[in-house]
Amino acid sequence: MNRRTVLETVKDIKSGKIRIKDLIQECIENIEKKDNTYNAFISLNKENAIDRAEKLQARLDAGEDIGILGGIPVAIKDNILVEGLKTTCGSKMLENYMAPYSATVINKLEENGAIIIGKTNMDEFAMGSTTKTSYYGETKNPVNIEYIPGGSSGGSATAIGTDMCMVSLGSDTGGSVRQPAAFCGLVGLKPTYGMVSRYGLVAYASSFDQIGPMGKTVEDVALTLQVIMGCDSKDSTSQFNLEKDYLSTLSKGVKGLKVGIPREFFTEDLEDSIKESVINAAKVLEDNGAIVEEINVGNTEYAVMAYYIIACAQASSNLARFDGVKYGYRSMNYESLGEMYDNTWKEGFGEEVRKRISLGEYVLSSGFYEEHYLKALKVRRLIWEEYEKHFEKYDLILSPVTKVSGIKLSDDVDSVKLYMDDLYTVSANLCGYPAISVPFGKNECGLPIGVQIMGKSFSEETILRAAFLLEQRNGD
Amino acid sequence: MRMNEYKMDIGLEIHIELSTDTKIFCKCSTQFGCEPNVNTCPVCTGMPGALPVLNKQAVRYAAAVGDALNCKINTISKFDRKNYYYPDNPQNYQITQFYTPICENGYLEIDTIDGKKNIGIREIHMEEDAGKLLHNDLKNVSFIDYNRAGVPLIEIVTMPDFSNGDEVTCFLEKLRLIIQYLQVSDCKLNEGSMRVDVNLSVRKKECEELGTRTEMKNLNSFRAIKRAIDNEASRQIEVLKNGGIIDMETRRWDDLKEESFVMRSKEEAKDYRYFPEPDLPMVYVDDAMLKDIELSKPQFRHEKNDYYINELKIPEYDAKLITLDYDMTVLFEETVKICDKPKNISNWLIGEANRILKEKEWDACDIKMSPKNFAMFVNMVSEGIINSNVAKVVFEKMFLEDINPEKYVEENGLKQNSDGEMIKKIVQDVINDNEQSVRDYKAGKDKAIGYLVGQVMKKAAGKANPKLVNELLLEELRKDM
Repeated sequence: MNRRTVLETVKDIKSGKIRIKDLIQECIENIEKKDNTYNAFISLNKENAIDRAEKLQARLDAGEDIGILGGIPVAIKDNILVEGLKTTCGSKMLENYMAPYSATVINKLEENGAIIIGKTNMDEFAMGSTTKTSYYGETKNPVNIEYIPGGSSGGSATAIGTDMCMVSLGSDTGGSVRQPAAFCGLVGLKPTYGMVSRYGLVAYASSFDQIGPMGKTVEDVALTLQVIMGCDSKDSTSQFNLEKDYLSTLSKGVKGLKVGIPREFFTEDLEDSIKESVINAAKVLEDNGAIVEEINVGNTEYAVMAYYIIACAQASSNLARFDGVKYGYRSMNYESLGEMYDNTWKEGFGEEVRKRISLGEYVLSSGFYEEHYLKALKVRRLIWEEYEKHFEKYDLILSPVTKVSGIKLSDDVDSVKLYMDDLYTVSANLCGYPAISVPFGKNECGLPIGVQIMGKSFSEETILRAAFLLEQRNGD
Repeated sequence: MRMNEYKMDIGLEIHIELSTDTKIFCKCSTQFGCEPNVNTCPVCTGMPGALPVLNKQAVRYAAAVGDALNCKINTISKFDRKNYYYPDNPQNYQITQFYTPICENGYLEIDTIDGKKNIGIREIHMEEDAGKLLHNDLKNVSFIDYNRAGVPLIEIVTMPDFSNGDEVTCFLEKLRLIIQYLQVSDCKLNEGSMRVDVNLSVRKKECEELGTRTEMKNLNSFRAIKRAIDNEASRQIEVLKNGGIIDMETRRWDDLKEESFVMRSKEEAKDYRYFPEPDLPMVYVDDAMLKDIELSKPQFRHEKNDYYINELKIPEYDAKLITLDYDMTVLFEETVKICDKPKNISNWLIGEANRILKEKEWDACDIKMSPKNFAMFVNMVSEGIINSNVAKVVFEKMFLEDINPEKYVEENGLKQNSDGEMIKKIVQDVINDNEQSVRDYKAGKDKAIGYLVGQVMKKAAGKANPKLVNELLLEELRKDM
């Protein structure tokens, strides 16, 4: 399976070269063989997946069209609801929470013939960039098991990298799809805010959350995006967008495109090998007819601060529903309603989640709202205006995804440093822009490096074209 | 108590449940009185991943109320989250409009003893209702019913423009009628579809600045509101006279004990950590909606009153009583459409209908009788098919169960007996059996006739035509005079 793309596989399934059940069995065997080591999944959907494989095969054999992802095994981050499966969000709080309905993206995947193979590990409630804050243990990097896969969608990345599925869905609030993609040598896309319905995605920061596809190739990601995108009447923040065929334009090249590279992103703490990858990527784009120029994007450190203030504030409200009253974990240890709330909170949530909720409640509290939350919203507005100006002139912005090419599982990185490492990815979330992480180059230890291409809202087609080109030239 | 040194300033916060078919942020039904948790879905039970989608009808209703209360209707308004933990609040935040409400700066004119007065409306905002907690103290458990969670509410906030309880009652009665006439809510205080909180402060007459206010909750009738206002004003004056100060607190009215208790002191006041709702886009009220509101504006009470008096020619007294309840006007007008006897119809409504409503403690919307059956009934009475005593019985039956009066009268043999020969025979029997009364009548005791009529009716099982009975009885009695 490891060399087949989704498109090729779908063709082989159609022609009868591959039986759907065999493909699913192969994934399940890989999971059984490897997942004790990698811990990519929190829960599996084995019986249902096999059952569905047989049904799809029968329909296909009867001459029916089973969809553009017909028979493809997909893994889903465990903060996206799939009816009848547990949705834990990597937390003790939802250890036994059975999803009562399916997210819109799941319905779309299933309508197009995809098979849900299981739910993947993640940082608790998507708060983190290591997958180490999960209540269900850490996940290992498929390229080198001594390293973290990144996060928060670490399980969705590792599942692809170990051939336990072919594509997966993650969620990206500040880089949670792109950063693990970069660490695991995969392609990860955060679509434009509003492009993919959030209905059924457990909210972390409602203004930034977007579900994004992850895969081995740009083509796999483009194909999956085409399936999951679209305006949804159940999500008032989803936006009208035209049906697009991204696949047909992938190989159109970058001739005539204008690409900006933010000078401020080349900070002292940026690893040399990553710097080199970005410069090499710029050269490839230039060699293929793009115009590449350095640009100034202003005070980037404020972007991270504004991001964390807004994200934590919204999270403090979004996670308030996990109170032990209606579902999920409830402390056994209480005499009053207040104690039930307090102890459920303390026992049900991990440290990182509690920290972010407390920070969020603080910045929203009376007397601090103006100087923190409102100010952060203003900073966000200024950053957006700055980028909008650049997008009048440039089609794309090329940058690193991460400051380092890998973090060892044994490393204990201080959390403020981890927050600051989100420097390159948060702007896309603050502004709602689409951004992709595509593998380009390796460090001296052979760990993959990702570069980021960001564009203005709804410019996925251009981003995918540029990423496709870099993918073709990676390793030249 | 020397109240006259002080005056009071009262402002109201009025919550009104809008009678939309579905909830404000999901497609669940808003029907009242269902089995617990029947009208729920992932959105209104706060399931993870669920998102709100605004009900446009609620926006229209809120704007229509704003229009009727002379408000500025904001073309763009926004939703915010009010964060607080309570089990009846499934998300532990309420979606409301804190920073930019849909309507602002309106007024409503009321009649006071000193003439007309405008009460300022500070704002009207939209929000979602909470569920209901059901406690079982014996078993020491609580249950939650989320049927009401997500029912659309508007909150009307007035300026502190009221000077006494009478003005408050007058305002609320007028407001309730406007909203009922707009058909955006039934406004029932006892069912909670209208909830009034009273903010009250007192100050010395010469003092320019408002005093410290308290907020009074749990007011379930207009009478309770009036009593609570008088009680709270006295309490505050008493405190001030004794050199004390008023604490800014929330109090709970106990209408049985006729006193209030502190619910929440200022120190316990919550910090709701309001912030803009990120799951909902801005709310637009466009010209088309405003135009539609203008076009579908109903006749309000005074217009209907004039119409009833001038066009339908019913007495002013009748018109005033009927227009006091929107559902009564609908019943009246629909019946008049079928049976063009407005006066006869209004007689039954202000007489028997009101009597039964009071007896049953019903509102006009609880009346079961359809205009079609009511019209049929009025015709039957005026054609003399049933006599007035039977009519009352049939009316009550129809009022409570919407029976078809023709069928009912037929099946129960209640038709008025106008058979002269038969009645004559009964009259003769009665005269023969009641010699004393006959003598009394002939001796000039006119009252005796009443007794004799009663006896005839009794023998005719109540169905004899009373006019005919009278005529025939007099005829027989005079024969021998």
